[in-house]
Amino acid sequence: MIAVLARRAGGLIITLLAVSFLIFTVMDVLPGDPAEIMLGTSASPDTLAALRREMGLDLPFLVRYLHWLGGALTGDLGTSYTYGVPVAGLIGERLQVTVPLAILALAISIGLAIPLGVLAASRKSSVADFLVGLFSHFSIAVPGFWVGLILIIVFATTLGIMPAGGFPGWAAGFWPAFKALILPAVALGLPQAGVLTRVTRTAVLDVLGEDFVRTARAKGLTPRAALWLHAVPNALIPVVTILGLQFTFLIAGAVLVENVFNLPGLGRLAYQALAQRDIIVMQDVVLFFCAFVILMNFAVDIAYLFIDPRLRREGGV
Amino acid sequence: MSLFRSFCRRPQLWLGAFVTALLFAVALISLVWTPLSPSKMQIVHKLKGPFDHGLLGTDQFGRDVASMLMVGTWNSLSTALAAVIIGGVAGTAIGLFAAARQGFVEQLLMRVCDVIFAVPPILSAMMLGAFLGAGRFTAIIAIATFMVPVFARVVLGSARQIWARDYVTAAQSIGKRPLGITLVHILPNVAGQIIVQTAIQLGLAILTEAGLSFLGLGMAPPAPSWGRMLADSQTYLGLAPWLAILPGLSIALAVFGLNMLGDGLRDVIDPRAESG
Repeated sequence: MIAVLARRAGGLIITLLAVSFLIFTVMDVLPGDPAEIMLGTSASPDTLAALRREMGLDLPFLVRYLHWLGGALTGDLGTSYTYGVPVAGLIGERLQVTVPLAILALAISIGLAIPLGVLAASRKSSVADFLVGLFSHFSIAVPGFWVGLILIIVFATTLGIMPAGGFPGWAAGFWPAFKALILPAVALGLPQAGVLTRVTRTAVLDVLGEDFVRTARAKGLTPRAALWLHAVPNALIPVVTILGLQFTFLIAGAVLVENVFNLPGLGRLAYQALAQRDIIVMQDVVLFFCAFVILMNFAVDIAYLFIDPRLRREGGV
Repeated sequence: MSLFRSFCRRPQLWLGAFVTALLFAVALISLVWTPLSPSKMQIVHKLKGPFDHGLLGTDQFGRDVASMLMVGTWNSLSTALAAVIIGGVAGTAIGLFAAARQGFVEQLLMRVCDVIFAVPPILSAMMLGAFLGAGRFTAIIAIATFMVPVFARVVLGSARQIWARDYVTAAQSIGKRPLGITLVHILPNVAGQIIVQTAIQLGLAILTEAGLSFLGLGMAPPAPSWGRMLADSQTYLGLAPWLAILPGLSIALAVFGLNMLGDGLRDVIDPRAESG
């Protein structure tokens, strides 16, 4: 168990280093001089040279990479050129919006997907199964940011019961801030719910055919008890896998949904950094997002070791 | 004949094929004909509702929405298709190579794929866009990059199983080279999986392209694209909701059709797989 854990952790560190190197290289080798991008083409050569020195652009590539990486590891992500404040602080501030948004979206998608998936599987080929299938096909096909626009049309401009966008901040009280996150979370969570519903249905159907479910029924358990006590817990393993993979899409969705609802989150920060050519903020936010995706997948991997004892052997199954 | 019967038993395949064919037809027709020029502005007719002026109304500049949607179909589809073809060919090549070499090379290539997969396409497009500028090229490269690991993993998984078959061992034992075996025995046997993935990933690519265009990282204006039309509609949500509803429905219909087609094809090609 410990050997497997150590090997996975080693893999995690290598992947994180590789991703950071990839991001740094992409930002570095692409045509365009960050100093010139920031100051514009009309800047004098002296000003450009001074900014390059200040940004450390005159140093060799590897030195710059190690400097950036060392900074990132110690929490010093550099200073934003447009805001003039440390990037770490900016990210921390924006996380107060993005983290609750992502958690709420996940809660909505899990809260919809598991009951619907189990319902569809337990009544295979019924009208309920057909309707759930229709829901999941439709929600996979719609872009989350479009769902956001439709929600604004219905709940903000037509009914006027929800804010159309913006975020009052947690200082304004829990309810106003939470209310501002509800529609964005639905927009972000709905497409995820479609995927999860399908996976849950398939996984529960697979497990329902297993011998232990039959044994549970033979012991006298009601179909409902056999379903919820024996089938569903075992079916959750593939659901957790997909949940791990969905984080990539959750982040991509957050960038879009935060823009639709004008939420000052991390995705909007990345977008604004792009518009303002704030390279250092872009680089840091992308690294942060990617590290988050990798860590979440790692967490799912580790969760398996606890769920499925067969995987604890060296080499797995 | 049995293939024909199996097609008849699968309505979702037919539905998917029909919607996808419709999508391609609209895209191709838009190259030669649209009801009006999608760039023609008629300010006097601005923000007219569907059937009020033209079939689907007009936008804030009085441009015909139906024509813009038609051209948008071509722009979105061609960008997504180019990205999937580039990513699919590169990913398939990597998957086939990894399966043929196995061992360290396979491990290394798959780790590289993991690293690429960790960067969401929206973010890679933003990074590329910061330097290359927004545009179709940036969108294609960003989406294609994300597709490479997807195809590589699917192809590797199937190809490894084929490499373990007796007829491949037989081919090896009579001295056939890995490249020959890959082309003659492996590729034809994984082709079905590649076709299924192409349909599913095309849907995903359309969604991503729409997202990129929405952020202004897709095709440059005035070329209409579904994502850009949605972005432009934001200012008029209360006044002209159809400007937001119609492009979104187009995206949803296109992705729905391609997903149905992909699922249907999977059922035909690999009946053991449960598409859910």
